[in-house]
Amino acid sequence: MTLTKRYDGRKFDELRPMEAKVGVVKRANGSAMFKIGNTQAIAAVYGPRELYPGHLQNPENGLLRCNYNMIAFSGSGDRVRPGPSRRSREISMVTENALNSIVDLSQYPNAVVDVFIELINTDAGTRCAGITAAAMALADAGIPMKDMVCAVSVGKVEDKIVVDLNYEEDSAEEGVDFPVAIAARSNKITLLQMDGLLKKEDIKDLLRAAKKAAEQVNKVQIKALREKYEK
Amino acid sequence: MKFHLKNLIEKDIREDGRKLDEYRKIKVEYGVSTSAEGSARVTFGETVVIAGVKMSLGTPFPDTPDEGVLIVNTELLPLSSPDFESGPPNIKSIELSRVVDRGIRESQAINVKKLCIKKGEQVWMINVDVYPLNDAGNLFDAASLAAIAAIKDTKIPVIKDNVVDYKKKSAKSLPLEGYPVECTVYIIGDKLLIDPSTEEEELVEARLTVATYGNHLCAMQKGGNKALEQEEIEKMIDLAAKKTEELRKLLK
Repeated sequence: MTLTKRYDGRKFDELRPMEAKVGVVKRANGSAMFKIGNTQAIAAVYGPRELYPGHLQNPENGLLRCNYNMIAFSGSGDRVRPGPSRRSREISMVTENALNSIVDLSQYPNAVVDVFIELINTDAGTRCAGITAAAMALADAGIPMKDMVCAVSVGKVEDKIVVDLNYEEDSAEEGVDFPVAIAARSNKITLLQMDGLLKKEDIKDLLRAAKKAAEQVNKVQIKALREKYEK
Repeated sequence: MKFHLKNLIEKDIREDGRKLDEYRKIKVEYGVSTSAEGSARVTFGETVVIAGVKMSLGTPFPDTPDEGVLIVNTELLPLSSPDFESGPPNIKSIELSRVVDRGIRESQAINVKKLCIKKGEQVWMINVDVYPLNDAGNLFDAASLAAIAAIKDTKIPVIKDNVVDYKKKSAKSLPLEGYPVECTVYIIGDKLLIDPSTEEEELVEARLTVATYGNHLCAMQKGGNKALEQEEIEKMIDLAAKKTEELRKLLK
């Protein structure tokens, strides 16, 4: 089968409309909102602060701890049951991995930097939206960073490579979901997951599409940070 | 700082220039979520709370076979304050859930009999979830206002072949007959005040949350360790009754 047009009328390499804002949670040390289509994430950073339980403390480095969560009415179907699930714990972990390589917490031994990511509204691409918001929140909190991370999902619907899949595309039969996070300056990949059936040859094209799309996400991030700090 | 704030309050002065019985600027926005059947975002100054309603089909409780089920839940997201921690709900979050829940439930503002589809077998379950996104004080009043605003915003989804079709919302609202609203009156020293900031909350010795509906009181909860005189309680209720009228106007 060949896909001639995307379900929502977008071009194959077109992202949904994006919005970003920095400093949305006043009580946090840093925070950001990132919205892409109907997927909206809010991230807040607390710390560096003292780390409990004490056995997790590392005298050589601070700890980055991420928590991804979908609020109860964020899904378009049934209510999401509160509390951690296997899925949310895994996403928290890969989010940590995606951000760990670009933050430098060596000046905060024994401390923790907590990143809380809440998905307010979802229409696929939630882990990517969460990572994109979290990276901005870390920058807003003044955490030393070597690079910026932006994330986007790419994938395949029928025979076409598409970027920023919505829920309908994500759940399409034989669809491929391929979330990627990329460090903006070094161009290195800090998150990579894939679900679906794929040919080896497709990887190059998918990564190329992801890099191009991530650049656009990065522009939105930078604009939002500038809006707060260049006044 | 604490000492300074307390001294000010004794002279009827607040840090931000408000009167003791004055709310911060309140804003109520509806339809803030596309996934919920109804939603609202309420801000009291820098305090931000969102609430959403999810509806599903379920079996009624055996003692109320012809009534729909309403459940209000709040979760103190660690995102919203350095004082909140991840993990199972703590007592602060449970109290907030229950106080908001009772204010709405006891008012009987939602005609739950109209939420019965088949007696003893199938009724609508209404889950109202409330989340602070920034706790800058007075979550009780903000959460209860957000909850009732989200209920007001709700459109019942369509049922197709005995399954809820969440993509199709009917034009039908919930059977809501009025707006129960809560006001919490706080005591610092011998002064009564409402809508405290985070810093003021640390000074609070006792509080009384009063839910009103029409010209009735429908739920109350005293918090804090300080014992109160009857006269004080009467004053607190009077103030809360007056203030809930102001809040109710925001919903119209």
